Amino acid sequence: MALLEVDDLSVTFARRGQRTVHAVDGVSFSVDAGEVVGLVGESGCGKSVTSMAIMGLLPRQHGTRIGGKAVFDGTDLLGLDDRARRDIRGRDVAMIFQDPLSSLNPVIPIGLQVTEVLARHRGMRGDAARKEAAGLLDRVGIPDPDRRLKEYPHQLSGGMRQRALIAMAVACRPRLLIADEPTTALDVTIQAQILELLKELVHDSGTALVMITHDLGVVAGMCDSINVLYAGRVVETARRRPLFREPRHPYTAGLLGSVPRLDSGRGEPLNPIPGSVRDVLSWSEGCAFAPRCSRRVDACLDETPPLVRTHDGRSYRCVDPVPLPGAVPAQAGPADQSGAPSPEPNEEKTRD
Amino acid sequence: MTMTGKKERLDRLAELVNRDDERGVSLWQEAFRRLRRNPAAIIGAVILTIFVLVALVGPFFVPYEPKDTIGIREGVVKSGQGIIPGASAEHWFGYDHQGRDVFSRMIVGARQTLLVGVVATLIGLAVGALIGGVAGAAAGLGGRWGRAVDNALMRVIDMMLALPSLLLAVSIAALLGASLSTVMIAVGMVSVPVFARLLRVSMIAQANSDYVLAATSLGVRKPKIALTHIVPNSLAPVIVQATLTLATAIIEAAALSFLGLGNPDTAQPEWGVMLADAQPYLGIRPALAIFPAVAIIITALGFTLLGEAMREALDPKLRK
Repeated sequence: MALLEVDDLSVTFARRGQRTVHAVDGVSFSVDAGEVVGLVGESGCGKSVTSMAIMGLLPRQHGTRIGGKAVFDGTDLLGLDDRARRDIRGRDVAMIFQDPLSSLNPVIPIGLQVTEVLARHRGMRGDAARKEAAGLLDRVGIPDPDRRLKEYPHQLSGGMRQRALIAMAVACRPRLLIADEPTTALDVTIQAQILELLKELVHDSGTALVMITHDLGVVAGMCDSINVLYAGRVVETARRRPLFREPRHPYTAGLLGSVPRLDSGRGEPLNPIPGSVRDVLSWSEGCAFAPRCSRRVDACLDETPPLVRTHDGRSYRCVDPVPLPGAVPAQAGPADQSGAPSPEPNEEKTRD
Repeated sequence: MTMTGKKERLDRLAELVNRDDERGVSLWQEAFRRLRRNPAAIIGAVILTIFVLVALVGPFFVPYEPKDTIGIREGVVKSGQGIIPGASAEHWFGYDHQGRDVFSRMIVGARQTLLVGVVATLIGLAVGALIGGVAGAAAGLGGRWGRAVDNALMRVIDMMLALPSLLLAVSIAALLGASLSTVMIAVGMVSVPVFARLLRVSMIAQANSDYVLAATSLGVRKPKIALTHIVPNSLAPVIVQATLTLATAIIEAAALSFLGLGNPDTAQPEWGVMLADAQPYLGIRPALAIFPAVAIIITALGFTLLGEAMREALDPKLRK
């Protein structure tokens, strides 16, 4: 049993007079202790809502509905009451946010914000808490921690602020860390340092890390396994190497293809995925990605494409996946497009 | 470069960094620094400093006893016959209708005027911040029950706002009976709705901020979040409002005195009382009204200038 098992998680936002939005539409993935799992996708695909739902941070409003399960170490996080949830947050499960400046309280010193967590979950007060906080800042690579504890967020550099936030998140040695685009607001060199720090923390403490990002570079450098999300559903799951070497879902292939490469020629145009994330179908009408897909066939619009699991532990949601290199392409010409291509022999279909 | 050379360089760098006087500068300190560069703030601060100094030490240096009806004793003032001598070398601002030295009364009156303004504002601030703080915390964090609490509190505030402020003050003063503390309470209560609304709105805005989300994600309890995160970030507009309220409080206290609902010890000088007393003699000696009126205006101006400057200094959007 994995440490975190997210099963058929769905989040819908309903507003009177407006169409109900399925922000997350049946997402399932699992995270083992010490593993780094990536949730990848462009803006609006449901990455952040997924993490907020797991943390129980979505504002409880009329019209917001959360379904499915997120089982953490035997307890369903979605079924907890407020009190139990607050006890778990910060102690067993913690989160790192995107914008380090706005995630720190501007009017109180860093030290107070770190010791607050220590006081809450580890009952530490006064000098002991201060010492522990200094140790934490030191651990996340903030020089001169005693001085920094007395400083205010605006006096720290962007990288240091993110380090301070990470220190707060790991203060109680959580077993699961969710990082929601932790490096998006930072410049590239700092980004690399922060990723290195996160990797170190995961390696040293065996913490499981869910990495939410739209940056494939981050994914390539960090994640053990990757879930690609599109329009609120996982469209492809794979370990890192196979995903980058041979993406099966056209969306994954499109994402990888749109990244500029060092070895691509000068003046060579980028290959963006046409359209935007707004051009989606609802999953009930077929494949949500179909309007933007270069490999679209008629079968895409018949029904929700089922999740195909392959023998090597990968899965993808596509009726006409990108062929593996070396394999003979399934369809040859336009004549073939009327019928759905047959899945490869060692792949079994599962319906979800 | 040898290792020791490198170490020396690092030490020197560390020294330079440590000399930086920006260490541990809070938002408030930074706001204060901006305040010092603002001429309007300086003018306001100078006016208020003079005012406070006069209020504190002035009464020890007045030339005449403020309650002494010296003009009548000496037979110079016959207000019944319309004889109230004006400014002279001995009596800089002249006599009032009871033959008392106006200059001495102005100086001594500063103290009570300041006292009424400050205490009334503090009453308004305390009650308003309490109501607004509870409502804001309930609305921002409390879920469905919180919204009900917020609604109930805000309807009370709305009722207070529905009454014209002077009418409200007059009603409270009339209910409690005329006394100095009544004036303070009445004037303070008038400013309660403003403080309450201001703090509440400010807190609701802060409740949606990222650092509140971050603290929530770390399991910090709601009351703690409200007190250590939301309230300190919501205070700036309230403090600015307090300086502005000080000015209106003085004017409102004067208005109450003018209407006869002020301090019953009318011999005790206070600018508002002096203004009220001057009313029947406006035709004979308008200076009697002009001195306290101008003093009230200048003081209010001082508070307003400082308050406006503070608003600018604390406004993050105007920060460079």
